[in-house]
Amino acid sequence: MPPLSESPADLPKRNGAFGGLKVRESAGLNGDIRVQVKNLDFYYGDNKALKNINFDLPDRRVTGMIGPSGCGKSTLLRVLNRMFSLYPGQRATGEVLLDNRNILDDSLDINDLRAKVGMVFQKPTPFPMSIRDNIAFGINLHERLPKAAMDERIEWALTRAALWGEVKDRLNASAMGLSGGQQQRLCIARTIAVRPEVILFDEPTSALDPISTLKVEELIDELKRDFTIAIVTHNMQQAARCADQVAFFYLGEMIEIAPAADLFTAPKEAKTQEYITGRFG
Amino acid sequence: MSVSLTGSPDPHRDVTVAASLGRRRKRADLTIAVLSWTATAIGLIFLTSILVTLFIKGFGAMAPSVFTEVTKPPGSGGGLLNAIIGSLIQVGLATLIGTPIGLLVGTYLAEYARGSTFGNIVRFVSDILLSAPSILIGLFVYQLLVLPFGGFSGWAGVVALAILIIPIVVRTTEDMLSLIPNTLREAAIGLGAPKWKMIVLICWRAALSGVITGVLLGVARIAGETAPLLFTSLGNNTAQYALNAPMPSLPITIYSYAGSPFQDWIELAWAGALLITLAVLLLNILARTLLRGIK
Repeated sequence: MPPLSESPADLPKRNGAFGGLKVRESAGLNGDIRVQVKNLDFYYGDNKALKNINFDLPDRRVTGMIGPSGCGKSTLLRVLNRMFSLYPGQRATGEVLLDNRNILDDSLDINDLRAKVGMVFQKPTPFPMSIRDNIAFGINLHERLPKAAMDERIEWALTRAALWGEVKDRLNASAMGLSGGQQQRLCIARTIAVRPEVILFDEPTSALDPISTLKVEELIDELKRDFTIAIVTHNMQQAARCADQVAFFYLGEMIEIAPAADLFTAPKEAKTQEYITGRFG
Repeated sequence: MSVSLTGSPDPHRDVTVAASLGRRRKRADLTIAVLSWTATAIGLIFLTSILVTLFIKGFGAMAPSVFTEVTKPPGSGGGLLNAIIGSLIQVGLATLIGTPIGLLVGTYLAEYARGSTFGNIVRFVSDILLSAPSILIGLFVYQLLVLPFGGFSGWAGVVALAILIIPIVVRTTEDMLSLIPNTLREAAIGLGAPKWKMIVLICWRAALSGVITGVLLGVARIAGETAPLLFTSLGNNTAQYALNAPMPSLPITIYSYAGSPFQDWIELAWAGALLITLAVLLLNILARTLLRGIK
């Protein structure tokens, strides 16, 4: 794996309505909350899929979300960037505060929100265009960069996604020719190129082989220095490896949230205990 | 007949009955095979006979003058130049008009109206249009553009052909967009793309070769249409390409020349028929090659 280095373009401060990304030196000690979920209910039509969810995503930490299929963890993730708004019949009530603004508020610019809350999907989703254009697509949606700055940003994003070394000589080749693991890292690069504050990972390694999985996990660990991360996973070892805090969901409710070490060694709730010891799920 | 569970010979099994059933099975098997082969052979005989006749007569009538001279009175030679140009103009304009409309309707059906009642109605009507007899389209445009504007015109022909190509493009566009996984759409939306950018920059691009295939097949379809042109652009025996007057075209020329008593006209009709067939063949091969790239 090539060394991960910061490029000179590393995360210039942003002065948006939600405040910019903070500079890195405060990462070790800050206890800031980046996203706050309050009394969240979610409905698929008449079916209530999330019941009174309350939890926080701490700034520049990884929050793992585990639970059996259908427990609502992916649904919750899709609330955080309002992906559910694409589908009629799906609605959320309650509050989701990103830097103290409710993202469920209809007055919010939803495209702006998605620039701040990026998402990486279960299966790699490269666009049918060149590697360079895949990265540039997201950037062009929100910024007008001169060519030099664009090239710099693309290199920065690919470097942060641990892909630069593998693709730097074929940026104009189609992204469809990359391997599955490379495609997923390209999608991560594409997401961070927009410089979001939060990155949502929806089972990002479930379609990948073990080596690619390891690379993506290392990447998540590296990315949390600059981004607030939420990761939905079916793999408890992965949650234990990657996450600082872990939330356990069951039947639409959040049963327990605790630092990863505590949740996996000394869960407070019996349901959590049963799930992590493999008695159901 | 009972079934033996132990594997020992069934005492009730009648050897003669079994043998007779076996013969029946073989007879049925043979009959179906022979019928299928025969039907295929009959189809192929007609097709090859048409193609072979067309190729022999068509190539026999082919000469440089077919491409260099316009249609002339019987007995004075001439070629098909004006008919070829007229066809190219009408088919080309019809494609230019019909493709964007078809593309947008297909996009509406696939991206905006999925599952909606109105979308289903539009899809149904478009499918009916797809299989409507083309002479009806010709009569429709005759009522719409020829009668009110006082005469046959190239424009009327263009409109009739455009109406014919629209449902073909609608169908392929919708089909191709439906093949795109929703995850790709969500990926674009997830980066903060508004819906129209997702459609134009991602979905259209992903569906591009499929849509081009559909357009090519549509062009192949309208290039040989005669009936809709009979009532619209009518045909013309001079090198006259003004769109507000009757306009020559290859299918109409074939139609009128093939039915004429003049030997040189009939020969030109064969040459024209061969030209259209070759063009359609070429378009189909192109479309298939593109389609293979998708799958």
